[in-house]
Amino acid sequence: MMPLPAIVVLAVVTYGLRLTGPLLRGRVTVPAAAERLFADAATVLLIALAATSALTEGHGFAGWARPSGVLVGGVLAARRAPFPVVVIAAAGVTALLRLAGVP
Amino acid sequence: MRILWRTTVPGPPLDTTLARDTGLVCLADGIVGVSFGAASVAGGLPWWVPVALSVLVFAGGSQIAAVGVVLAGGSPLAAVAAGAVLNTRLLPYGLAVADLVRPAGLDGDSRAHRLRGQQVSRHQVSRRWARLARQLVGTHLITDESVAFALRQPDPARRRAAFWTCGVALFAVWNVAVLLGVLAGSMIKDTNAFGLDATFPAVLLALALPALKSRSIRVAAGTGAVLAVALTPVLPAGLPLLAALGGLASRWNGWRNWLVRVTSSEVPTGDPR
Repeated sequence: MMPLPAIVVLAVVTYGLRLTGPLLRGRVTVPAAAERLFADAATVLLIALAATSALTEGHGFAGWARPSGVLVGGVLAARRAPFPVVVIAAAGVTALLRLAGVP
Repeated sequence: MRILWRTTVPGPPLDTTLARDTGLVCLADGIVGVSFGAASVAGGLPWWVPVALSVLVFAGGSQIAAVGVVLAGGSPLAAVAAGAVLNTRLLPYGLAVADLVRPAGLDGDSRAHRLRGQQVSRHQVSRRWARLARQLVGTHLITDESVAFALRQPDPARRRAAFWTCGVALFAVWNVAVLLGVLAGSMIKDTNAFGLDATFPAVLLALALPALKSRSIRVAAGTGAVLAVALTPVLPAGLPLLAALGGLASRWNGWRNWLVRVTSSEVPTGDPR
């Protein structure tokens, strides 16, 4: 469950991150290394979340249908397919596999 | 030029390439928004959670990450932490588009009044409030897409036009799409049959792949993913994800060099030894 206060906290933090730049009026630059650290942390989180949400359900394995769909979507994304194609392919492959009886 | 700067809808007419690209991005984000709304509701969250996130946070990746953590059984705290880390990139974005977020002519006008020593009329006060409001709105419109489109433009007027056009269009499309997704998700009985649960990880992957340029970040992300998946059976939900940040340790050398540089440059030169 995601209670409203949690949503508000994330919203305030996010707005604060957006507002810092305009408040400083572009007078300050973020050190390149710090910017890279932020970007790297975000990338690591995205990949880890993609992996866990593709492969696991609760504390166990999610079954083959979902990771297979995600893999197809990932390959398409790596080949620079447009976003809608990636999303629909991932859902479509997973749905077809389930239709065929794959868990 | 002065006239261009003073217009409310700023800048010259958008060229057709920008209009087309904005449309395509809106379409893409719209589909992601529908799947986000549908998958959130299908996962068991009440309808207002994805809707409130979309209006108040308005950052797709962090919304999907936060809901993903919660749907996996993680605590709201872990969800907020994951979303906040993903949104740190908005800080450098804000620095990059600081001039575009403020409405045109703000500085020029206030400086002119100060110079002439004029009294500020009620009309001018209300105009200042309107500008502040627009600046606050503009701040909320800072996204990957609006910043990327703005920075691609050749001159300030077009940058401003691109930022606002893309930002406003995306906000409208994203929120309508999430609402539609919520409606669809609550009408479909068996959402798993449509493979909706595969859309979250696929979107996250598509967001992250372009960043995997260097070998070191690929190692870091791969280590993080293996850590997170391996720890999922044993740790409470949400924690494996934060443990994935341990994958960053593989880049430690680069940061240590940076820290040494930063601290040594701040030490006063008159070292007693």
